[in-house]
Amino acid sequence: MVRPTKIPATKYPVERLTLGNGLRVVLSPDRSASVVGVAVVYDVGIRSEPEGRTGFAHLFEHLMFQGSENLEKLAHFRHVQGAGGTFNGSTHLDYTDYFEALPGNALERALFLEADRMRGPRLTDENLRNQVDVVKEEIRVNVLNRPYGGFPWLKLPPVMFDTFPNAHDGYGSFVDLDSATVDEAAEFFQRYYASGNAVLAVAGDLDVAEAQALVERHFGDVPERPAPQRPSFAEPDLTAERRAQYTDPLAPLPAVAAAWRVPDPGADLTAYLPYVVLAEVLTDGDASRLVERLILRDRSATSVGGYIGAMGEPWEVRDPTVLILQAFLPPGGSVDKVLRTVDEELDRIATGGLAPGELARTQARMATHLLRESDPVISRALRMAVLEQQRGRPELLNELPRLVASVTAEQVVAAAATLRPERRASLEVIPGVQA
Amino acid sequence: MRELPALGPNRKLKLPKQAEQTLDNGLTVIAIRRSAVPLVELRLRVPFGRAPLARAMLLSQTLFSGTSTMSTTDIAAGLQTVGGALDAGHDPDRLLISGNALVTGLDRMLEILAGVLTDATYPTDEVATEREVLVDHLQVAQQQPAHLVRVALLKRMYGRHPYAVQTPEPGQVKGVRPGQLRALHADRVRPDGATLVIVGDLPPERAIEAAAKALDGWTGLARDAVVPPVPPLETGPLVLVDRPGSVQSSLRIALPGLPRQHPDHAALQLANLVFGGYFSSRWTENIREDKGYTYGPHSGIEHSVAGSALIASAEVATEVTGPALLETRYELGRLASLPVEAEELEQARRYALGSLQLGISTQAGLATHAAEYAGYGLRLDYLAEHAAKLAAATREDVFTAAQQYLAPARAVTVVLGDAAAVEGQLAALTEVQRA
Repeated sequence: MVRPTKIPATKYPVERLTLGNGLRVVLSPDRSASVVGVAVVYDVGIRSEPEGRTGFAHLFEHLMFQGSENLEKLAHFRHVQGAGGTFNGSTHLDYTDYFEALPGNALERALFLEADRMRGPRLTDENLRNQVDVVKEEIRVNVLNRPYGGFPWLKLPPVMFDTFPNAHDGYGSFVDLDSATVDEAAEFFQRYYASGNAVLAVAGDLDVAEAQALVERHFGDVPERPAPQRPSFAEPDLTAERRAQYTDPLAPLPAVAAAWRVPDPGADLTAYLPYVVLAEVLTDGDASRLVERLILRDRSATSVGGYIGAMGEPWEVRDPTVLILQAFLPPGGSVDKVLRTVDEELDRIATGGLAPGELARTQARMATHLLRESDPVISRALRMAVLEQQRGRPELLNELPRLVASVTAEQVVAAAATLRPERRASLEVIPGVQA
Repeated sequence: MRELPALGPNRKLKLPKQAEQTLDNGLTVIAIRRSAVPLVELRLRVPFGRAPLARAMLLSQTLFSGTSTMSTTDIAAGLQTVGGALDAGHDPDRLLISGNALVTGLDRMLEILAGVLTDATYPTDEVATEREVLVDHLQVAQQQPAHLVRVALLKRMYGRHPYAVQTPEPGQVKGVRPGQLRALHADRVRPDGATLVIVGDLPPERAIEAAAKALDGWTGLARDAVVPPVPPLETGPLVLVDRPGSVQSSLRIALPGLPRQHPDHAALQLANLVFGGYFSSRWTENIREDKGYTYGPHSGIEHSVAGSALIASAEVATEVTGPALLETRYELGRLASLPVEAEELEQARRYALGSLQLGISTQAGLATHAAEYAGYGLRLDYLAEHAAKLAAATREDVFTAAQQYLAPARAVTVVLGDAAAVEGQLAALTEVQRA
């Protein structure tokens, strides 16, 4: 037997502080390249948007780029890119992020820009209507005009979940988007974009004392507003299997996605970790259980994937969340058969355990993924910001490879045993195009 | 009003420590040190010009399907054990093998790679499986608007040149036999003329030593892989490809490009940025931020060994396809007819320089850049030379480049969309020819 590879760890330093207005700050110096990443995350996401306003959290993210207290429309983009940087924002189930990656000499500028919109975006009807149009084009590109659009991330949650926060379409309906108003946007900002509801993280080429002074200078006088009470989005687990299907008019091949609830990532990380590992044991690479069985042996699927959460971010999601397995099938392939085979393979793990070396190699590969994701300053800043926001532990970024490696075969086997058909929600895509 | 903080002093582009050696078998090894994370990145670029398309593509999918001593899953599991994975991809210029692993796994990864390079067997069953998988992926691609318009654009740009067709027909793939893959491998997967890039947390000399030791049994003189120079773009009517029911039109415009070594390349890059090469460009500010026609227009210079082209892409709502083309031609025409503003140029210049810094701030970025440049006989020091040219380009240089290369009169335009809905809109502006 091959000796298991020793799992390495990073040692990025982490400084945490909280400003007088409640803004939490994470600073993580790393002088290995003269670039810096600045991330601001707000504790509001798709799950928090009001009923009748599907897609509002994402639409509002767009409005945060439309000018702010001291900045005209277009100024934000120009100031970031004109400093040699890149920017973006994205809306998730449990948070919304805004970020810049820049040469190290532009740190203060990025802090100024983020502080300015934390004080308040310029919300005008003209900008709102313009961005509703832009968001509709985004939805057309990513969902409506392509095969498998929104599969499974928008299509599976309503099969799995019953309550609006967990089940609804986070991109939003055109009706809801069209009826959004400036007043609603102002209210949304007032409620959720509070200094006490945000985390700022800066990673890269910085000196902690200098960066701290710059953060104080630019964010110190952002008006204090407390974080709103975060409601529970809890739902009971399924007690009977759920199946749904739809026809995708642009899809040439059948596909299926199946989901099972997993333990609360926040309340019990130890219970949750084996599921993150299990998803990789099942689907990472040609030596994984489901690739070997479904693709290489049975030829009943042509690609498979497995991950945690509808948006595939195991370290940035709260309860309730799911383990998802998905497969694309050859023409005429049987979804029933694929689901039965998945059950068989889960059973095989639950009763037969893991093969020698199987767990260790999966964990080694997961370590590489985690380390690789932390190399870009901006990914590091983002992950630290969310870990601070959801767990108060940005330094967890350094610990994840070894935490993953500490999961035992017994735990993975026990996790596999819980993925029973009666706890499963699955969704079949029926091809609307002849392959 | 609060004042935008000035940028700090420019930090000079710092190139990492590197070493290079051409081995006895003709393989050039470039090793670069970046120690931020305990990983190693690997890129192997093998010249593949003029290789038969369907076979080359299937070869890239089956290269890791087995050797005389290892199966597909042995290879994948062996790599995983050291946190690694390898993957191959193909384009008309090269076969590119990419991977990464824990740095402690470099020797093992190279050993497995050597096994594959010298002894890939293309087993009949595995080839049959991957052939079906590839055919299915091609079927899905044929429903993707981005793929369909790319196919039409390449055909329109390159006519009878080998670059005109870069995706095989499913029928061609179905006809490929394992023996043909073995023959292609023996003929083209050779070290002479190939480049191996290793980036990671180890001294460059050690990386080269490891590569020399592992790959000395790989032999073979280079084959002639020279692709003839691309023909100049021939202007003509707009080509309209019908996609009935499409809710967006895919607009593509090809213009002449310049290779990286060309003295005007930096000026053209800056002109392209001002036009549509980044978010703060005239095109994006016009058709997205002002008019809301599109989510993400983008233009960029695409380099291939036999020639370069500038390609502008936007997915626009069906009902504004004509107006979007009108604005696009207006912005190209404006840039080709009037000099850019001084501040506009400075902004683009700083963006281009910052992108160089960000691009080499990660192991993966360094590896990808170094392997790409190597395909054109360039090394990372090209970045410093290019930075100097970007810094030196004047408004006149940029105007001259724009007049010459961005003139709408030189554009080749292809639109994929619902022809019944958009043909009239387009025909009002230019001559239209159905594909």
